[in-house]
Amino acid sequence: MITLVHFLTLAAILFTLGVLGIFINRKNVIVILMSIELILLSVNINLVAFSSFLNDIVGQVFALFVLTVAAAEAAIGLAILVIFFRNRGTIAVEDINTMKG
Amino acid sequence: MYHAIVFLPLLGFLIAGIFGRMIGPRPSEIVTTSFVATSAVLSWVALFSVGYGDGETTVRIANWMVSGDLAVDWALRIDALTVVMLVVVNSVSALVHLYSMGYMHEDPSRSRFFAYLSLFTFAMLMLVTSDNLVQMFFGWEGVGLASYLLIGFWYQKESANAAAMKAFVVNRVGDFGFALGIFLVFYLFGSTSFDVIFPQVEAFATGAAGEGFSFLGLDAQGTLTLACLLLFMGAMGKSAQFLLHTWLPDAMEGPTPVSALIHAATMVTAGVFLVARMSPLFEFAPTALVVVTGIGALTAFFAATVGLVQNDIKRVIAYSTCSQLGYMFVAMGLGAYSVGMFHLFTHAFFKALLFLGAGSVIHAMHHEQDMRNMGGLGKVIPLTAVMMVIGTIALTGFPFTAGYYSKDAIIEAAYASGAGMSDVAFIATVLAALFTSFYSWRLFFMTFAGKARWGAGHGHAAQADAAHGQTTHGQTTHGQTTPGDDHGHHHDHKPHESPPVMLIPLVLLAIGALVAGYFFKSVFVGDGYEAFWGDALYTRPDNTILHDLHYVPAWVVWSPFVMMVIGFALAYWMYVRDTAVPARIAQEQPMLYRFLLNKWYFDELYDIIFVRPAKWLGRFLWRTGDGKIIDGMGPDGISARVLDTTSWVVRLQTGYVYHYAFTMLVGVAALVTWYLIAGAR
Repeated sequence: MITLVHFLTLAAILFTLGVLGIFINRKNVIVILMSIELILLSVNINLVAFSSFLNDIVGQVFALFVLTVAAAEAAIGLAILVIFFRNRGTIAVEDINTMKG
Repeated sequence: MYHAIVFLPLLGFLIAGIFGRMIGPRPSEIVTTSFVATSAVLSWVALFSVGYGDGETTVRIANWMVSGDLAVDWALRIDALTVVMLVVVNSVSALVHLYSMGYMHEDPSRSRFFAYLSLFTFAMLMLVTSDNLVQMFFGWEGVGLASYLLIGFWYQKESANAAAMKAFVVNRVGDFGFALGIFLVFYLFGSTSFDVIFPQVEAFATGAAGEGFSFLGLDAQGTLTLACLLLFMGAMGKSAQFLLHTWLPDAMEGPTPVSALIHAATMVTAGVFLVARMSPLFEFAPTALVVVTGIGALTAFFAATVGLVQNDIKRVIAYSTCSQLGYMFVAMGLGAYSVGMFHLFTHAFFKALLFLGAGSVIHAMHHEQDMRNMGGLGKVIPLTAVMMVIGTIALTGFPFTAGYYSKDAIIEAAYASGAGMSDVAFIATVLAALFTSFYSWRLFFMTFAGKARWGAGHGHAAQADAAHGQTTHGQTTHGQTTPGDDHGHHHDHKPHESPPVMLIPLVLLAIGALVAGYFFKSVFVGDGYEAFWGDALYTRPDNTILHDLHYVPAWVVWSPFVMMVIGFALAYWMYVRDTAVPARIAQEQPMLYRFLLNKWYFDELYDIIFVRPAKWLGRFLWRTGDGKIIDGMGPDGISARVLDTTSWVVRLQTGYVYHYAFTMLVGVAALVTWYLIAGAR
């Protein structure tokens, strides 16, 4: 029997993977974008799971909104990335430190 | 009337000082000169109404300050002593104002010059008319300020700035003593007003009031002596007496009319005036009087010896002034106050005449001051030469001129007096009379007689020493001369006689130098004494010096005359007959010559004793005290610590996106945790 706990556990694992993907990643910014997607998806799983178990459709509607936003964000993020690559010739995370104090 | 005498120069100063730029230099000159001239005329009226009439009065103007027992008024004390000083100050000042219209006519900042002159006159009038020590101190500092401003009038010249500062600093030393003297007098008598102080002195010094009195281990007599010595210290500073004289020769950096007014006729005599004004105190402090006599005699002798070898025409006269001030203090110290005042009075005329004559020479020579580059001027500027002769015979004491009456009276008083140091003073003043005659005639012969030593090379590199500061100044003003101005011939190197506006003051002063002694002899040292002076000067009943000095042996009476003739003959022999003699003597006595030429090495001595340690101390306090300790611990230290901290903090800003993301996440996690725990309760 698959219970709420399984969904939440899965979501937690995905969330943690996403977070770790952001921090441990040293390679390039695309991976960070993917990790953000992963985090958003894990949140979506939480929303849908709770929606189902609590018999409240609002959660699933909200999940759809989150997906929309995630898609838009990915599009903008990739567009920025392309421009950035054009300007700097690299998207390696190590090289992006203009904000260094 | 007395308000007008004192405040017209102030009004002139304010008009020329504030509106000088607006109204232009010419109106400034006319306003200040006419105001001071009015004061001068009124001063003569005052002299006759007070001295020969019965016009002594005190004009109270306003209350200045009240603090506990100390109450100080602005008031004008008009008595014989005051009116004599009024006449001297305002007459010389008016003539110098007039003279300056000619002498300074090329200068771009004439308004400023005339404003300063009037400011000086006002301050000097406040000094001489004050009826209390505090107002006197106000005038005292006011003349010091004006003197500073006028010595440094040509502020583009570094030497003028240095001289101005030197005058100011050396005067501070004297003023410190003067201020302490005022404090002590206030402590002793509970007031600074002369009317309150003077009646108490006798009872304090000799009677019951001073019984059992003790101040710093001194009894009443000792304390009074201390107060007098402190006041005299102020007088020494202002009147350039031995040890504090070094500023006066340097003050010659100022324009020549300033030298005539401030550093010959008026301000430097303020010290003499102070002693005369405080005569009721000094009379009861015989030890202080001995010191006054000693310092005066030493100065008279010292300055005269230095004057023998100087080559700058103004410096010779400056040392002469210094020496004559010594004479005045000798008279003061002997208790012959009116004799000292007499010499002050006559000296103002002939010394101002000599200075303005020297100014006329300098003007004629286009700002050349070195006498070695003059000579033969007698034919070129005859009127100036005649005036200089009159000034010189008056100074050296030729019979029936002003100096003859006043200077000889001092020498006779020194012989007649039995007071301490009077023998030394007699010898010093007689010798100084010889030197005075020698250097005065030396000045005259070097300048006016013999062959012309000016000509082709004049104004160029040949005269590097004394004149070059003046020459640079001349260049700065060249652009200011308008075409058609009578100085279109400025590049022409031929000397020329001065304009009438400069010669008229010379003539008036010459008349004063010739007849002032004869006319005022009786009131200063003769039968008219009682009627003229009234209570202005105090002498103890046992002080009979004024009578004694008429009964000295004939050789004493003749000695200054003999000295004058010897000095004249020596100067004539050395500078007209056989001009190689001075150089030969200088070569045979190199030590003595250099000792005199370097003014007894006083400047060098003071440099080692005071100037260098003071500079070292200043540098130490600046570098270590201020730089290292105050700045190091204070502003600089704090900012350095802030920098240290932030340079550590700044390392948090790595610039990597994931570090920021991590921080945000930690923040969110912390918030959630907080709400979880808080929500659980």
